[in-house]
Order: sequence, then C-alpha cells, then structure tokens
Amino acid sequence: MRETATTLLPTAKNEGITFDAIGMTYPDGTNAIDEASFSVGAGEFVTVVGPSGCGKSTLLRIASGLLEPSSGTVDIDRNHLGYVFQDPTLLPWRTVRQNVELLAELRGLPRAERSELAGVAIEMVGLGGFEQHYPKSLSGGMKMRCSLARTLTLRPPVFLFDEPFGAVDEITREHLNDQTQQIFQREGFAGLFITHSISEAVYMSTRVLVMSARPGRLVAEFEVPFGYPRVQDLRFEPKFAELSGEISRELRGNS
Amino acid sequence: MTELQTTDAPLAGEEIPGALVVSEPVARRQARRQARRRASLASILIPPLLFGAFIIGIWYVISYLVIAPRRRFLLRPPHDVLQEGFLKWESLSELLDALWASSKVALIGLAISIVLGMLMAVIMSQAKLLERAMFPYLVILQAIPILAVVPLIAFWFKTGINARIIVCVLISLFPIIVNTLFGLQSADRGMHDLFTLQHVSRWTRLSKLMFPAAMPAIFAGLRISAGLSVIGAIVGDFFFARGEIGIGQVLRKYANNLDGEQLIAAVIVSSLLGVTVFLFFGWLQQRIVGRWYADSGAP
Ligand SMILES: Nc1ncnc2c1ncn2[C@@H]1O[C@H](COP(=O)(O)OP(=O)(O)OP(=O)(O)O)[C@@H](O)[C@H]1O
Ligand SMILES: [Mg+2]
Repeated sequence: MRETATTLLPTAKNEGITFDAIGMTYPDGTNAIDEASFSVGAGEFVTVVGPSGCGKSTLLRIASGLLEPSSGTVDIDRNHLGYVFQDPTLLPWRTVRQNVELLAELRGLPRAERSELAGVAIEMVGLGGFEQHYPKSLSGGMKMRCSLARTLTLRPPVFLFDEPFGAVDEITREHLNDQTQQIFQREGFAGLFITHSISEAVYMSTRVLVMSARPGRLVAEFEVPFGYPRVQDLRFEPKFAELSGEISRELRGNS
Repeated sequence: MTELQTTDAPLAGEEIPGALVVSEPVARRQARRQARRRASLASILIPPLLFGAFIIGIWYVISYLVIAPRRRFLLRPPHDVLQEGFLKWESLSELLDALWASSKVALIGLAISIVLGMLMAVIMSQAKLLERAMFPYLVILQAIPILAVVPLIAFWFKTGINARIIVCVLISLFPIIVNTLFGLQSADRGMHDLFTLQHVSRWTRLSKLMFPAAMPAIFAGLRISAGLSVIGAIVGDFFFARGEIGIGQVLRKYANNLDGEQLIAAVIVSSLLGVTVFLFFGWLQQRIVGRWYADSGAP
C-alpha cells in the first residue's frame, strides 16, 4: 500500500492531515477550539498535549469527520483513516479475533484476506494465543492492544490516537508505547496522538504541540531531536528531561 | 542474595506477549471442570429440593393438624392430590387435554408477540419520531387491566382460538417491545462512531451492532413475556368459558364442583407450562449470550 503511494505524485491529500483555521463552538455555546492550523505529514508522529477539556478530542473528532467544525477546513483522506479511541470499544459478543476482523469485515474484504490481516495485527500487538477469548476475560491493557490491532488491519496511512493508553498502568503503558513505536517505524504513517503524559509525548513523537486551556489554541511547538528506534532508557537522559521540562513549563503557563 | 533473581518472571502474571503462561495438562483441566460442574449441579439442585420437601411438610401439617377433619376437603394432603389429580386416568387425561389446548394458545400468542414486538421495536429504533408517537399508546395498552378488555375481545372476535391468542398477544407484547427497544439503544456512542467511520449502511449497523447488543435485553423480555402469555391463555379461557377446553375452564369446573384435589392438580399443571417456557428461554439465553455476556451482580 505504502509503496504505491510513493510512486504517485505527492499530493497533500493522500499524505497526511492539514488543519486550516479550525474553530469549534458546540451548539450549546461551548467554545472548544479557538483556532488551530497545523499539519502532520507522512512519517511524522505529532503529539498534542494540553489541559483537560481544551478540545483535544474535539480536534480528532473533526479530523475523522465525526464532527463538523464551525469554521475552517481539514484536508485528509478519510477512506483510509485509523482512529483509536480513548476506550477500547470492543464488541463484547465478538472474540478477540472477530473484533480485530471487524473493520475489514465492514469494508467487505473477503474472508481469507481479513483473516490474514487480523492474524498479522494480533501478532504485532502480542495478543497471539488470545484469539478465542471474549473481551470480558481480557485485562485493560489487553483490551487496548486488541483495539489497536483492529485499527492496524486497515493499514492506515493516517492514524489518530485519542489518549489510547490513558487508562492503563505505567508498565503496560511503556510496553504499548514501544509496540506503537515499532509499528510506526514499520508503517511510516502520519500519526496524530493525544496524551496527558508529557513523558509519553516526548518518547513517541517527532513533534509535540502544546494546546492552551479552553478555548484551545496551539501555543507552542517542539521538535523532538531523538531518532528511532527509541528505548525506554531514553526517558532518563538529560536531554529528554530538559525537553520534558520545557513542555511542562509551557503547559503550566497556559492552563 | 542470588536467589532473588526473578527479573524474568511475568509481571502480575500476565501481559507479557509471547510468554503465554504455561497451561496445565488438558486432561487435568477437563477433570477439574467436570468436578466443578458436578459440584455446581448439586449446589443448584439440593437447596430447592430441600425447600420443596419443607413446603410439602408444611402442607401435611396444615392438612392433618391445622384443619379440622370435618373440613379437610379445603386442603387435601399431597398424596390425595397425587392420587386423585394425577394417578386417575380420567382426571389426568382431562388435565393433559386442557394443558395442550392452553399451550397451543400460549405458544402461538407468544410467537406472534415476539415477531410483532421485535419488528415494532426495530422500526421505532430507526425512526425517533415514530418512537415518540407510539410509545404513549404502548404504555396505555400496558396499563389496561387485561380483564377489562377480555369482554371487548369476546364481543369483537367471538371466543374461539383467535380471541384467546389476541388476549395472549395483548398481555405479552409490551415487555418484548420495551426490552428490545432498550437493548437496541444500548450500544454506546463509541461503538456507533466505530461503525460510522466505516460508512456502514443502516442495515449493517442494525445487524452487526444494535441487534447483537440488544440480545441480553431481548432475552430478559422473552422470559417475562413467556410467563405472561401463559397467564393470558389461561385468563382468556377462564373468562370465555366456552370453546376448546383449556386450563382456565378446567379450573372453573373444579372450583364449582369443590374438587379440591383436582383443583390443586390443575394449578400445578398450569404452572408447569410457564416454568417450562421460562426454563427454555433461560437455556437459550445461556447458549446464545452466555459466553460473552457477563452477568452483573453475582458475587
Ligand atoms: N457534544 C458536546 N457538546 C457541548 N460541549 C462539548 C461537547 N463535547 C465536548 N464539549 C466541551 O468541549 C470542551 C472540549 O472537550 P474535549 O472532549 O475535546 O476535551 P479534551 O481536550 O479531549 O479533554 P480531555 O483531555 O479531558 O479528554 C470541553 O469543555 C467539553 O465540555
Ligand atoms: Mg479527550
């Protein structure tokens, strides 16, 4: 999939996401996003951090087309979009395998193809051996991995993550960070990631954007100078701490 | 010091991909599961059996010690009921014929309620406006005491099997509609978003998301309606008091003749039908949603 994309003329449309002067006011008058313009290109992993309620989820819902912005436009190819929600949203009546196959099934892919895609995705997130389990017998982290695998079957060139690991413990989270990072390296998608954790933001991203409290607007942008693959020890390097500190100050200054 | 080298142990006993916790031998696991099933069967059967014995004991006490011998016809002891109501062929065959007639009515009525009720719920789930328009009337339908409409039904539809089936449907329709509708609306917003992002059709959303999500609620409704349809069949038969003889008419006849033993036997038989349908749907529910639906509340 990615190979064919590189042989085409590079058009902004198929490569990533571009937000142009997005503003959002909900019908009840809540001004969630003031004005946001930025873009995420292929091979970029951009993380947005910001205080709770500043409009981060709103931004992703607009990007995905689930929500119409009040003003501005988004340039994105919505036919090939991966979106990992904050909750796993697994269908409880489906086994892990059936859940992972869901999106391919909804897209009408033939049985053999979706079975293969699901098999690969389940291996990628390390859920091999749990294919026949129902969600009720999975731990929180495993549910999230299952949700991630489900999105991976789409092999999306554009990947949205809404605080996917917010509800799991620290150790599981670091583990999931590494898996996501490996997948990012392999697939080279354009990633837009939301998190509350500055450490997670720096560890995962090529770029970190800081959003102000509501109404949200982008107040700062940080390039992350580390190459991939990154290992957990990176979190204890002075340069990592320094960057985290700068982002943290920026956040506090605006919340 | 070196004994403490446990760095490779799985954290919290799970979550380490590729390092599946080694499973115990399959045979041993099966044996254990069987033992557990046997234990649980005993724990399911023994308490109600004991309680049943207790009730029969009380029954004897009342028949022999509480009631004066002269008035014993009011509550004959259990073995008399068994003897007169079940072991005499004429009374047993009369009961069984009546049971068959009432079962037919109840089952046909229930089947109609299921199809009609689910259909109405699906339609209401697809059009909010229709739901708002129809719901108040369903509540009214539910609020009418069934005894109040039985004469009206007899007036319009005579007193044949059709009229009885209509009574059954009227009494058992509401729980199916309400539970199915509630179930169809139970899938959360995130799940709907998931489907919306794939641009699915209405039908796909209904069949792959809303309907499976509704199954537990649908079964709850089925079990309520199953019991109600049996009541409907008996009530209809009792008040119409003519046509093919069902449990209702048999009850009326025994009551008029002061046949205490047979009356009690008829009551027992009438409950049998309701219990059978209830158990059947419980079993079906276990088969269909038991694997994934985590019953809440059970400690
Ligand atoms: N459907 C809605 N109608 C009205 N207001 C809404 C709606 N959804 C969100 N909001 C408001 O918009 C603001 C931004 O919400 P959003 O969910 O985007 O925040 P967030 O940055 O994702 O927060 P968190 O980090 O806590 O998830 C909040 O103040 C919220 O109350
Ligand atoms: Mg959010």
